[in-house]
Amino acid sequence: MKPDRTPALLGTVLAAVVLGGLALPQWTLFILTIAFAQGLVVLGLMLLQRAGLVSFGQALYYCIGAYTAGGLGRAFGTGDLFVQMLAGAAAAALVALMLGFLLARYRGIFFGLLSLALSMIFYGLIVKSEALGSTDGMNLVKTTLFGVRPDAAWVRYAMAVAAACLALGAAFLTHRYLKTPLGRLGPAIKDNEIRVEYMGASVRYAIHVNYVIAATLAGAGGALAATSVGHIDPEMAYWTTSGEFVFIAILSGAGSVVAPFFGALVFGAIHTVAYDVSPNTWQMSMGAALLLAIVFLPDGLWSLFVRRRPG
Amino acid sequence: MAALLEAQGLNKSFGAVTAAEGVTAAIEKDSVVGLIGSNGAGKTTFINMITGYLKPDSGSIRYEGRDITALAPRDIARLGICRSFQVPQLYSSLSVRENMLMALGIMLHNADLGGFFSFGRPSVPGHEAPAEDVADRILGRFGLSGYADRNAQVLPGGLRKLLDIALTMAARPRVLLLDEPTSGVSAQEKFGIMEVIMQAVKAEGATVIFVEHDMEVVSRFAGRVLAFYDGRIIADAPPEAALNDAEVRRYVVGGFHA
Repeated sequence: MKPDRTPALLGTVLAAVVLGGLALPQWTLFILTIAFAQGLVVLGLMLLQRAGLVSFGQALYYCIGAYTAGGLGRAFGTGDLFVQMLAGAAAAALVALMLGFLLARYRGIFFGLLSLALSMIFYGLIVKSEALGSTDGMNLVKTTLFGVRPDAAWVRYAMAVAAACLALGAAFLTHRYLKTPLGRLGPAIKDNEIRVEYMGASVRYAIHVNYVIAATLAGAGGALAATSVGHIDPEMAYWTTSGEFVFIAILSGAGSVVAPFFGALVFGAIHTVAYDVSPNTWQMSMGAALLLAIVFLPDGLWSLFVRRRPG
Repeated sequence: MAALLEAQGLNKSFGAVTAAEGVTAAIEKDSVVGLIGSNGAGKTTFINMITGYLKPDSGSIRYEGRDITALAPRDIARLGICRSFQVPQLYSSLSVRENMLMALGIMLHNADLGGFFSFGRPSVPGHEAPAEDVADRILGRFGLSGYADRNAQVLPGGLRKLLDIALTMAARPRVLLLDEPTSGVSAQEKFGIMEVIMQAVKAEGATVIFVEHDMEVVSRFAGRVLAFYDGRIIADAPPEAALNDAEVRRYVVGGFHA
């Protein structure tokens, strides 16, 4: 059996952020933090993708996580990143647990569009809600890490390191989950649901669990993004945000739990450069990048790091 | 002594078509039962009702004295009643060994979170050995060891059939229902495949119910035959007697033997 290299890989990435972050300029640390936030959402999409499902509505949970973080600040003055991410993840998990009873019945395009519809309903609700700031959204209170407010010069670095710890920790747990019998079911469900049922496993239950985990990750990611940006608005639930996550998921590939973070970082880099070079046509550059990725790397960017299996 | 599996007065119709009418049969432990009948006679419907895929309109199915009529397929599978498929149902993107490991993982852990906190090789409860060893043992019994690393999709037809049944054996079934184990297999291969299946099943100790069209295969391997016609069981006897039954000869075996 092949030795499991993923924990070592996660540790290396963390060390790279801790050490490399010292040398990086502030704005790149911001891009890095956002990449961890988005990577968490995409990690969840990867779980669903393994079972053959594509959610076009993951922004729902991203936004729930963000608004939970914002709400905590407004109601209790809490700006602690860890509390916000935990609360954001829990709120998203709770909603997914309920919606999962409906969604786990559907496959293919129906699953995708139903998830999209649910996120758009949520978008509509926030836009109409004066208490949540309507289309203007709201600002977050100042961030603390375990109750400590980092020095202004170090806040971006501290955020990036904290984000790396939490996101890579979540990636490690997801990796462990994929090694359990339940976690392994994904590809089996994609291949052959009948066989799975006749072997004594419930396909609907497995999909429901994956859906809740994916939402939990997205909620944590949303809270992280909210804290990092310092402002939230309903756009976070809009379908284009969901589309971006699917975009990153395709770009990343499903080869490893590290892939989503790498994909999100590349996405952020292309986005930043494209916007800088031609602010009016940056979408075109993004589209071209995705096109190239699909044509030349159908298994995502991660396939660059994997030696092809013979046969 | 009560039978292991008892079907009592099963009825099932699809619109105007009657697929089962008063089907009653008791299967003894460790027996090998062959189901015969022309297409549409109700053999597969019988298997589908026992495994929970179809619910009978009326009647009951009891397993070890327990009523299992209303249970879902996965719950019936967990009780030890497992089936293979006429068209092999494999995980086509996985290798033969991965198919087997998947089956062991699902069937013996009931697809839970077992092993989340443990490190090292997962062992399989009930088999008291690491999953890889159990997988290799079962593959060996079915003569599939040499194909373990091949993709399931590219296996030849006969081996796909064997793998389909091998996957079912991962659960250590008490009752194994085989839906046409030799269909789509060349005439020369049939006996060889049945031989492999029966030896492997005997080694694991399961009661077998199999659907078969080849009467030579039936008379060689079955200890008892249930002949179906038009949704009813028209004969229930040892192969010799069943295959010579006047009704069976007329409706199932075919006129040219007469």
